Amino acid sequence: MHPTEIIDRDSLRDDVPEFRPGDTLKVHVRVVEGNRERVQVFQGAVIRRQGVGVRETFTVRKVSFGVGVERTFPVHSPTIAKLEVVTHGDVRRAKLYYLRERSGKAAKIKEKRAVRP
Amino acid sequence: MATKAIVGEKVGMTQVWDEQHRAIPVTVLRVAPVRVVQVKTPEREGYAAVQVTWGFRRASTLTKPELGHFERAGVDPGRKLVELRLDDTSEFEVGQELTAELWSAGERVDAIAVSKGKGFAGGMKRHNFKGQGAAHGNHKHHRAPGSIGACATPSRVFKGTRMAGRMGGQQVTALNLEVVSSDPERELVLVKGAVPGPRGAVVVLRDSVKAPAARNGNGRRA
Repeated sequence: MHPTEIIDRDSLRDDVPEFRPGDTLKVHVRVVEGNRERVQVFQGAVIRRQGVGVRETFTVRKVSFGVGVERTFPVHSPTIAKLEVVTHGDVRRAKLYYLRERSGKAAKIKEKRAVRP
Repeated sequence: MATKAIVGEKVGMTQVWDEQHRAIPVTVLRVAPVRVVQVKTPEREGYAAVQVTWGFRRASTLTKPELGHFERAGVDPGRKLVELRLDDTSEFEVGQELTAELWSAGERVDAIAVSKGKGFAGGMKRHNFKGQGAAHGNHKHHRAPGSIGACATPSRVFKGTRMAGRMGGQQVTALNLEVVSSDPERELVLVKGAVPGPRGAVVVLRDSVKAPAARNGNGRRA
């Protein structure tokens, strides 16, 4: 156990679903505009998940109007209103950086049919 | 000088979320209740300070003079004796306990500790020298300090010239750090940013002596 875990426990979320690189995720992000707060959805494929504890982050990639967009979020960030797993992907790598060089059908991630144990 | 101070141990660094959902880097300090062993006054010792201890230690591990010092104060022997220099010690008495309650979120503090030893370090690491070029025919002098003085006049190296040598392992004061939160129940204080020393280091926290905003803002001092 890391000695600072007693403090970290307060910062951790308990509503994080199980997800891995390759999964398609809907990230509901809280956006503050002036003094109003609304929720924006960022949907895309998880291409990386790194770090541990409060510092764990994941990166979601989507192609928006022909431009690749990647956003990195801390897994336990309070800016995330909700995390929704749309599909589980079938990939063989932990870091899906190869998607950056691909477009169209080649950038598609196969969907995993079998239920994970 | 400081009006209040306490001693703790560095637990490590982590991060917490603030109200704007930003990650704040914090150092976690374990501040166990400290017991006053001796109160020093300008009349008797020539300066104002309180000598404190915390934690517990078997009496058999102490020398007789140390044991006598604790017995005279009527305080259980603790891990170490630490002196806290203060402006005024008239309100302190022997046996009194201080806890993390001393601090509240938003206060400015200084953290004093012995920094991590770096061993024999070169000029680049020790004094932020630039080093020398990687190319242009440079050979085996990439991290060398360069010239350390002139030639026949003065035909010596001036005292205090910055060179390689022992680095770290000295007392360092990190000034004007913000207290993020204080949790007397769990004996923890969170301070924004880094604090000198390795994990487990003994850290003295005192209210900041150079915080102009805090000083004028709450009128603690003239």
